[in-house]
Amino acid sequence: MDYFDPHIHMVSRITDDYETLAKMGCVGLSEPAFWAGFDRGTVDGFRDYFRQLTEVEPKRAAQYGIQHYCWLCINAKEAENVNLSREVIAMIPEFLDKPNVLGIGEIGLNKNTRNESIIFLEHLDLAAKYDQQILIHTPHLEDKYQGTRMILDMLTGDSRLDRSRVLVDHVEEHTVRHVLEEGFWAGMTLYPVTKCTPQRACDIIEMYGPERLMVNSAGDWGPSKPTAVPDFILEMRRRRHSEATIRRIVYENPLTFFSQSQSFRFRSRETEEVASKLG
Amino acid sequence: MSLPLTAAEVLSREFLEIRAKILEVAAAFDRLERSTGDVSEDPRIARLHEALKVASEPTEDRAEQVQLVFSRPYDETWQRAMKVLPR
Ligand SMILES: [Zn+2]
Repeated sequence: MDYFDPHIHMVSRITDDYETLAKMGCVGLSEPAFWAGFDRGTVDGFRDYFRQLTEVEPKRAAQYGIQHYCWLCINAKEAENVNLSREVIAMIPEFLDKPNVLGIGEIGLNKNTRNESIIFLEHLDLAAKYDQQILIHTPHLEDKYQGTRMILDMLTGDSRLDRSRVLVDHVEEHTVRHVLEEGFWAGMTLYPVTKCTPQRACDIIEMYGPERLMVNSAGDWGPSKPTAVPDFILEMRRRRHSEATIRRIVYENPLTFFSQSQSFRFRSRETEEVASKLG
Repeated sequence: MSLPLTAAEVLSREFLEIRAKILEVAAAFDRLERSTGDVSEDPRIARLHEALKVASEPTEDRAEQVQLVFSRPYDETWQRAMKVLPR
């Protein structure tokens, strides 16, 4: 089945992973800006990273027929450094017109601190000013519930935001309801040990339905599995869910959400075929 | 949206898996018991026991309740406490 991975960090994957994803049916993906495994010291470090996301990765992906999109920000972990964060936020507009940039993300909280909250709000200002979509990271483990509720407080308190253009990621059993009830999109990250498993993601779909829900692999530096979305598809099939329902979650929902970004020009395999016949 | 499988099908499919997971948990508690030193006062131990209890209660949202056992509490007045002004 063709699928779209809405949250995967390809800068931390080898080229063979692009080939594997293509073989598994991945036709497109979106890569949020995140922590590199170490704190970067300068705004130029981020400028180079954004070039990697907007110039290098789209080419690497295209070799395997995968369409690559990305999101820009300074992540919650490095947002503890408020001065550097402000420099990065001021620099981001240099990249907003690049053809694969979908919006601002993944912004969020990490340890739920005051500094993280301040920089989160300043990212919302940036998104509002440039009419950008937003992708949100929610904290891990014991900080997730508190952090998700804090993020929702900040989002719902901002009347400039169109909730249907905001995706709140890494939801689990105790946070998904809050996110969906407030009218946002929600993403489940299939990640060994610390986040959601394919089985639990299926459970959540069965409890809440497929509306405004997506699944992703994260596929980052940690022990993660870039092919977690196909694992989810297999589990859904083993439970005899319809192909239409599965396709909605792994393909149609991401396309519906991302289509709200001005620069999203996704071409399905079918349109590519027609275009090549027309020459 | 419901689960297309019947309860009997879910049980047949998952019985061995659930059994294995319960055994892992039991063996991990034994391991804690056998090892030197004492962690009985560590708050994480109380969490683990509370989670086990929640998981065996006959409710429909055990997974959500277990998650909450392992979560820091949320304080709805945090914005005032941290002096973070909403937009
Ligand atoms: Zn991420």
